[in-house]
Amino acid sequence: MKRGRKNSENKNSSLEEIGEESKKQKIADEESTKISESPDWGNLLPDIILQVFQYLPLLDRAHASQVCRRWNQVFHMPDLWRCFEFELNQPATSYLRATHPELIKQIIKRHSNHLQYVSFKVDSSKESAEAACDILSQLVNCSLKTLGLISTARPSFMDLPKSHFISALTVVFVNSKSLSSLKIDDTPVDDPSLKVLVANNSDTLKLLKMSSCPHVSPAGILCVADQCHGLRELALNYYLLSDELLIALSSEKHVRLEHLRIDVVSENPGQTHFHTIQKSSWDAFIKHSPKVNLVMYFFLYEEEFDPFFRYETPVTHLYFGRSVSKDVLGRVGMTCPRLVELVVCANGLRPLDEELIRIAERCKNLSAIGLGECEVSCSAFVEFVKMCGGRLSQLSIMEEVLIPDQKYSLEQIHWEVSKHLGRVWFPDMMPTW
Amino acid sequence: MSNMLHRTIHLFRKGLRLHDNPTLLAALESSEVVYPVYILDRKFLMSAMHIGTLRWHFLLQSLEDLHRSLTKLGSCLLVIQGEYESVLRDHVEKWNITQVTLDAEIEPFYKEMEQAIQALGGEMGFDVLSSMGHTLYDIRRILDKNGGTPPLTYKRFLHILSVLGDPNAPVRNLTAEDFQRCKPPSALGLVEGYQVPRPEDLGIPQQSQSPWRGGESEGLQRLEQHLKNQGWVASFTKPKTIPNSLLPSTTGLSPYFSLGCLSVRSFFYRLSNIYAQSKNHSLPPVSLQGQLLWREFFYTVASATPNFTKMVGNPICLQINWYQNAEGLHKWRMAQTGFPWIDAIMTQLHREGWIHHLARHAVACFLTRGDLWISWEEGMKVFEEMLLDADYSINAGNWMWLSASAFFHQYTRIFCPVRFGKRTDPEGQYIRKYLPVLTNFPSKYIYEPWTAPEEAQKQAGCIIGQDYPFPMVNHKEASARNLQLMKQVREEQYGTAQLTRDDMDDPMEMGLKHELSEENPKKGKRARNREQT
Repeated sequence: MKRGRKNSENKNSSLEEIGEESKKQKIADEESTKISESPDWGNLLPDIILQVFQYLPLLDRAHASQVCRRWNQVFHMPDLWRCFEFELNQPATSYLRATHPELIKQIIKRHSNHLQYVSFKVDSSKESAEAACDILSQLVNCSLKTLGLISTARPSFMDLPKSHFISALTVVFVNSKSLSSLKIDDTPVDDPSLKVLVANNSDTLKLLKMSSCPHVSPAGILCVADQCHGLRELALNYYLLSDELLIALSSEKHVRLEHLRIDVVSENPGQTHFHTIQKSSWDAFIKHSPKVNLVMYFFLYEEEFDPFFRYETPVTHLYFGRSVSKDVLGRVGMTCPRLVELVVCANGLRPLDEELIRIAERCKNLSAIGLGECEVSCSAFVEFVKMCGGRLSQLSIMEEVLIPDQKYSLEQIHWEVSKHLGRVWFPDMMPTW
Repeated sequence: MSNMLHRTIHLFRKGLRLHDNPTLLAALESSEVVYPVYILDRKFLMSAMHIGTLRWHFLLQSLEDLHRSLTKLGSCLLVIQGEYESVLRDHVEKWNITQVTLDAEIEPFYKEMEQAIQALGGEMGFDVLSSMGHTLYDIRRILDKNGGTPPLTYKRFLHILSVLGDPNAPVRNLTAEDFQRCKPPSALGLVEGYQVPRPEDLGIPQQSQSPWRGGESEGLQRLEQHLKNQGWVASFTKPKTIPNSLLPSTTGLSPYFSLGCLSVRSFFYRLSNIYAQSKNHSLPPVSLQGQLLWREFFYTVASATPNFTKMVGNPICLQINWYQNAEGLHKWRMAQTGFPWIDAIMTQLHREGWIHHLARHAVACFLTRGDLWISWEEGMKVFEEMLLDADYSINAGNWMWLSASAFFHQYTRIFCPVRFGKRTDPEGQYIRKYLPVLTNFPSKYIYEPWTAPEEAQKQAGCIIGQDYPFPMVNHKEASARNLQLMKQVREEQYGTAQLTRDDMDDPMEMGLKHELSEENPKKGKRARNREQT
């Protein structure tokens, strides 16, 4: 384009002036014109620079912004500041780098109204959590779509005075009005602040993750379910789960839930008793959201499983993070027809042969299984794999789980299982140190 | 290339043996005189790795043994203390050296040393000959076969090896004749300044309670005992432990492989012969040969991965925000965690310099992803100091493995510091041996003595909280939290985790990653960008 312009200019000049001197002059002019109008990185269209900048990590982008005014302008375009992850680490307690305080200042000053997708990663020190709250309180001009508060080590948000945290969080809830995704696990969020969230964002909220938030009560989360009809993903602790909650999530006005994750942990030391949920509540829940993924993590001692798996439970992804008894695994086989994935961290010294076979029989959707400190005889294992066949896309067994017997040794097992799975399979190995 | 015979210094670094020593053999075959030298550059060694008392003892014993073996063949070992470059300079001149031979090693500090020696050779006019003696294969061949990069999963590694075929056969044994031709002036060995120092000469405490003695001879003896029972070797399968194997092994070989007192190739071929004769052996990895292959795997990855022994700057290692917890680390190191299983293991480690690999798994998991959430680098340093078989590649590799930072991805398998021990040794014999303060607890309580009622504690003569500490964490809570942290890290650093992972077979919400949540649409790119920073 520029070249074209240049040529037509020359043409005009040579028509206008005939004299050799003028020609020479024009030739000299041509040269300097060529130089000043040659393709220049600084003259690229802003959109192009923006495209390129989007591929650069922040640090490189910041360096690039120092090159010239045009590039600096592009660096500050709103598109580049829609999402940001604030990393808050104290050098005394963390191995990882933190976002530079100067950069944080700049963002708050120039870009807070561009921010839409924001997360805070804090280390285990209280100062980092405080810094996060500090920033949050200043995001008055923000209309956030996503907010994530992520503890990368100890839950340091819990070390803060509750009111301090709540007031910072409330700033976002009140100003955003179109929050769609909220991750506030391990924070001192409480019922009143959830009410504020709901009052301002009930139409837009789609995802809420709040495991290990001890100041929230079942009533608090119920309020969210009642008002936020677009909620599709929810993660919470078992004590917050109630019949009312499941019913609220299944009301006509509510969209189909896609993902419900429940952590079953003892909330107080010594707690061994857990409340029960009515079968009818689960039935209503599944009727309303037949495709929902129901993920349950259990961190209980063996004797605490009494209320669970006594009737048909629609769980799809089941994790036993500690030891679980043969008896409970037997009940799982009988009551979890929707089961897709099962991970058992530890069981005991008696083989899980019958339990596994029953699971293969009755959990027709099972496609992933992982076994840790357990024991299974090789024959039973082969039988299990045979019954599941190719639907097992994930099969993770530690080597020492398998007990060779009359029919199969460890070598043979690997062939048999591979045969039934339709792909090459080996058990997981640990190095002998 | 001239036909002239060299005047050679053979530099021992590791490879402290005479059997299957291709570099030494090459030296002897190309020289008219060979000076077998060990440069004890204390400053260099201490800056390269942590070395505790037991390791010093083991090293000095190995040097003594090497000297004796060389003397039997008409030569001797010349131990020279000092900074290696100046020692070499002096002696190259003094002895008119035209060639220096040494084993090639993969550790960065040894590689640097080799480069410095090459440079010195260029300057002073001597040749440098190095060959790989410490591993089964020439590591570079493995890298080549894998397209120039190390195979990052064990399965892939085994596949590459299957293409390469068997490792090089061990070279022939050295004889007195070899040395006859090449012996250095015999008086040298008796002169002060060339002898193997004693611990006290180096300011190292004299006592060592360790039953492990260093040296090639000891190693070979153990090897013979090890192989004597052919039937046992052939059926050595999975690491299911019996309590006895937790006790110091009389046939354990790992420290000897570490220092090169034993040749891995010789062992490999001895085992192959035994397998050929027996009908019912198990294939790698659980077999003894498999152990050697694990070693080879870590050596291979370490040789071609920058910052292998660190987290930051290590491309295959997950970047995890471990706690900086000096007090917690100290308790773990000093066997004061309040978990008898962990404390007994750490006590044995201090006292003897060797613990069974399942014991290593237990304490490593406890320190890192299981309970304390402390960086694996800290644990690695402690092991490096205490373990007789501490080894740059294997130590770092296993610590990354056990902390699920690389290679290992089934992070839901958290070893329980109570249950794991109970399964291994239900009567608690191991605990009683290494933690005598707990001896009188009945087996019911010995793994979790804090659960014993006051009466029982009084009867056992040990009050928890007084005579033995309370447990330093609540394992249930700690492990639950750590599981979530680990899951989060892996979701964010999916790319890094995939590097050292076999394609399939690992559940944990695989199908649900990033599919359902409606989050920042640019996150994928950003996440990638962040990893690059």
